[in-house]
Amino acid sequence: MSGEEFVPLSLTPLLIGIFAAVACALPGNFLLLRKQALIGDAISHVVLPGIVVAFLLTGAISAAPMMLGAAGAAVVAVVLIEAIRRLGRIEPGAAMGVVFTTMFAGGVLLLEQTDTSSVHLDVEHALYGNLESLIWLDATGWSSLLDPQALAYLPVELSRMALTLLAVSLFIALFWRVLKISTFDEGFARTLGIRTNLLGLALVITAAVAAVAAFDAVGSIIVIAMFICPPAAARMMSNHLEGQVAWSVGFAVSSAVLGYVLAGYGPLWLGAQDAVSAAGMIATVSGLMLALTARFGPCRTRSGAPVGV
Amino acid sequence: MLMDALLLQLGYNATLVAIGATLLGISAGVTGTFLFLRKRALVSDAISHATLPGVCIAFILMASFGGDGRNLIGLLLGSAVSASAGLWCLNWLTRNTRLAEDAAIGSVLSVFFGFGIVLLTVIQTLGVGRQAGLEGFLLGSTAGMLWADAMVIAVGGAVTLLLILLIRRPMTMVAFDPEYAAARGLPVSKIDMAMMGLVMAVTVVGLKVVGLILIVALLIIPAVTARFWTERSDYVVLLAGLAGGLSAYVGAAMSASAPNLPTGPIIVLMSFALFLLSLLFAPNRGVLAAVLRHLRFQRRVHLRQGLLALAQGQPIYEKLTLRLLRRGGMVRADGVATNIGKARAAKALRDERRWAVVRSDHAHEAAAALYDGLRQIESVLTQDQISEIDRHIGGPKEVLA
Repeated sequence: MSGEEFVPLSLTPLLIGIFAAVACALPGNFLLLRKQALIGDAISHVVLPGIVVAFLLTGAISAAPMMLGAAGAAVVAVVLIEAIRRLGRIEPGAAMGVVFTTMFAGGVLLLEQTDTSSVHLDVEHALYGNLESLIWLDATGWSSLLDPQALAYLPVELSRMALTLLAVSLFIALFWRVLKISTFDEGFARTLGIRTNLLGLALVITAAVAAVAAFDAVGSIIVIAMFICPPAAARMMSNHLEGQVAWSVGFAVSSAVLGYVLAGYGPLWLGAQDAVSAAGMIATVSGLMLALTARFGPCRTRSGAPVGV
Repeated sequence: MLMDALLLQLGYNATLVAIGATLLGISAGVTGTFLFLRKRALVSDAISHATLPGVCIAFILMASFGGDGRNLIGLLLGSAVSASAGLWCLNWLTRNTRLAEDAAIGSVLSVFFGFGIVLLTVIQTLGVGRQAGLEGFLLGSTAGMLWADAMVIAVGGAVTLLLILLIRRPMTMVAFDPEYAAARGLPVSKIDMAMMGLVMAVTVVGLKVVGLILIVALLIIPAVTARFWTERSDYVVLLAGLAGGLSAYVGAAMSASAPNLPTGPIIVLMSFALFLLSLLFAPNRGVLAAVLRHLRFQRRVHLRQGLLALAQGQPIYEKLTLRLLRRGGMVRADGVATNIGKARAAKALRDERRWAVVRSDHAHEAAAALYDGLRQIESVLTQDQISEIDRHIGGPKEVLA
């Protein structure tokens, strides 16, 4: 395929998909090891009411208030889950189930009650995003990458997602040591003076930021899949945290690329006319990778468990 | 309008939907209880999301064989097949790999749902038409429900309920203590599988009414709500069924009474309202009860400390203590002890002295362990024992001025 076609139509969605996948997979590694993997699921559900409330307050579809609304909703959800868990002495899974379903239902109800026919805001969009529409119309070929005029019209989602990825990576890199210690041995971390509660909250907020930014660009399916599948697949490949994170980034990037290509061109190869959902395909590919590693990965069994049982 | 809806006066269709939803709510609440007691509430989330590919595949198959792609029974069968595939993946991942159950839930949920979305777009591009109903499975839609659809839901809900009644005892035992159940010779894994099968049945039946994203709420919230009110598992099951049925009934009626009130979200919000009421006002486990308990405790501590201070002639500055003493008529407004106050204070001080004797004497070890600074000594020791202690302490002595 030539540059004239690839750069305007596929380069930016591909890059956005990759950035979103990696930004979610990085905190996902720690959430997975801390047995909080479903926080990503909960966050991606509660983002909807946040966005709807932000829309109702501002009356327009603009990125900043929506991101704020979504982030606010994520924090509210985390606080609510914790409050219900403590006040009602309920196990965390059930508390999570109560909170995210209720908030999601509230979001759907608000959406149905308001007139959003004039703007592009509906549940389906929130669920599976619209990766394919984030095209770069001003590009004419590879040369456009050096053309400041065309670069000015890059989709804003690209720079936003890149910034988010940068922020998430910085957080992980800066707090690597304490995160590692507190993830594997919380008691030991506390004796070292690490404030594990605060760190845990910071990790969840980082995950929420990544989820919200990715959600804005690509919908919540990728968010949930990328929080869990690449880290889970990476867990089967390595016994070291460094190795796991590296593998998970690899899995995230490759499922974004493979998924996007399969969604865009797979149906054409099969003789069909139109592309299928890229977000759904990326999730599917990451699931296939998990299935392969779960079957053949070198570190797939629990340590100490006999192989093949 | 709402009254009409609640009294089933809104016409044949709305009545049908309300009855079907109620049966579904009851069986979801009852089934969810076992899931919740087994601490596997979120497994239902994976199951419900895993139904989507099955719905789509069933639609494609039925449409490509020339039938009506929207035949509800066919779609529900398809969803049951893919939900059981999802459940199998989930169990395989937790049993054969190092992944914890939450990670397995998350991966099954996202991957199956993602694949379902892919299939949804495939259906859109196939252009077989009349696929509009499929999106209704995401969030549920009762608007255009046919009589046959409502019958499927009502019968499905009733059958599930019956099955639960049949196997509720072994399920309860497995939920509380799987090891003990295994030792008693119960086939734990089979019962677990039956439980998951029931969850799947409820999910599949509920797809049309509340949609696959929100059916989880119907399974989890009523059970959690019921748990606040009682400590007995059979009552929890009953109450959860009641809460589920009530919220489904009121939710379905409300959504029929006005436009733009989607059934699923209304039902979920109704059951959350019940949950919130229980969280706040349930006796014993509720927040209000806990606050009252705390306040009562606080008052007892303050009163006791105030009386001891009075007895020893120490000044009291603490406002709550003063207020409590004054309200009990134990001190006057200027802070001087009344006769009642003096008597109570002397008794408190004497009790404290008696406790000191009890705690220094090994013979009273069991009683001494109950000392917490508040307990009445009469509630621990007999009158004879107390007189024995009083002999140790001796009678009142003159205080030198």
